[in-house]
Amino acid sequence: MPWDLDNNRPIYLQLMERIQLDIVSGVYRPGDKLPSVRELALEAAVNPNTMQKALSELERSGIVYAKRTSGRLITEDEGMLNQLKNELAQEHIHAFLEKMDELGFSREEILTLTQEQLKEAE
Amino acid sequence: MNPILECYGLTKSYNKIYSALNNLNLSLERGQIIGLLGPNGSGKTTFIKLINDVLVPTSGEIRINGMAPGVETKKIVSYLPERTYLDETMRVKEIITYFSDFYDNFSSERAYRMLDDLQIDTNARLKTLSKGTKEKVQLILVMSRDAGLYVLDEPIGGVDPASRDYILSTILNNYNEDAAILISTHLIHDIENILDRVLFIKQGQLVLNAAVDEIRTEQGKSVDTLFREVFRC
Repeated sequence: MPWDLDNNRPIYLQLMERIQLDIVSGVYRPGDKLPSVRELALEAAVNPNTMQKALSELERSGIVYAKRTSGRLITEDEGMLNQLKNELAQEHIHAFLEKMDELGFSREEILTLTQEQLKEAE
Repeated sequence: MNPILECYGLTKSYNKIYSALNNLNLSLERGQIIGLLGPNGSGKTTFIKLINDVLVPTSGEIRINGMAPGVETKKIVSYLPERTYLDETMRVKEIITYFSDFYDNFSSERAYRMLDDLQIDTNARLKTLSKGTKEKVQLILVMSRDAGLYVLDEPIGGVDPASRDYILSTILNNYNEDAAILISTHLIHDIENILDRVLFIKQGQLVLNAAVDEIRTEQGKSVDTLFREVFRC
């Protein structure tokens, strides 16, 4: 299945997001080897150069690192992985708050509603 | 390495009043998949025919790996024309033999593997196949060569969406960094994720030459959306 990509946003950013999500959610474990650029590009149905760019950017952020002759590995730095997880959570919360703003809720109301929802879910 | 394709002031006129291609200047590097996009009658097929020595320029020059189109460039350009030139009474396996006789860089093994993936009967005569299956056979023949430049004129027009996915992955699979692939198509939405770069041609002139992610970053929209805006009727 090709990856589900939004046609209006840069492809490499979306590839980075998808791989980050796979790392945080445990599809890849710390220290795991990532598939090759070509394999990932075929799986995602994107251009290999674009996949290469996404992986280079991830490498630059430190979340994956290149090891000579054995490709790219996921970092084993727990601190960095936790930080990534928190960053992703903050993005979601930010997007949620924006939507609630649009609907006209105050911060207090959002908090109350969220707490009620959490109680119900328990 | 030198660019795989260069054009200088490339012009083609079919009559005295109108140029199908007008002063096209362009340089394409290897290792890219390039979309050649433009409305009907904008000059895409004329450009492709000039690359393949099917037409001769009225003025200007075209260089493939530094050479003018001719016998030498045909060895390194793998061309899928918009209409078939194959003898339709031939069987698929005969066409494969024909291609491997014709081109040094043709891999029969690769062709058979892809035909098998798509469950195409190699004993069938071409004329007995459906339009879409014929298109698939021709694309397989073209992609089974180790070429420097692949030129595909509307490769996915007549095939169903599932086969379209297979064809796109075939293109990705056979692509290597020493080769460039030039694809003309109207199905931009289906293909834009596999492109590095797009060329917009309008009335015989190049109006845009940009990387797909550049367009998305700078304009915040897809190539498909941008195309509809640039070429609004």
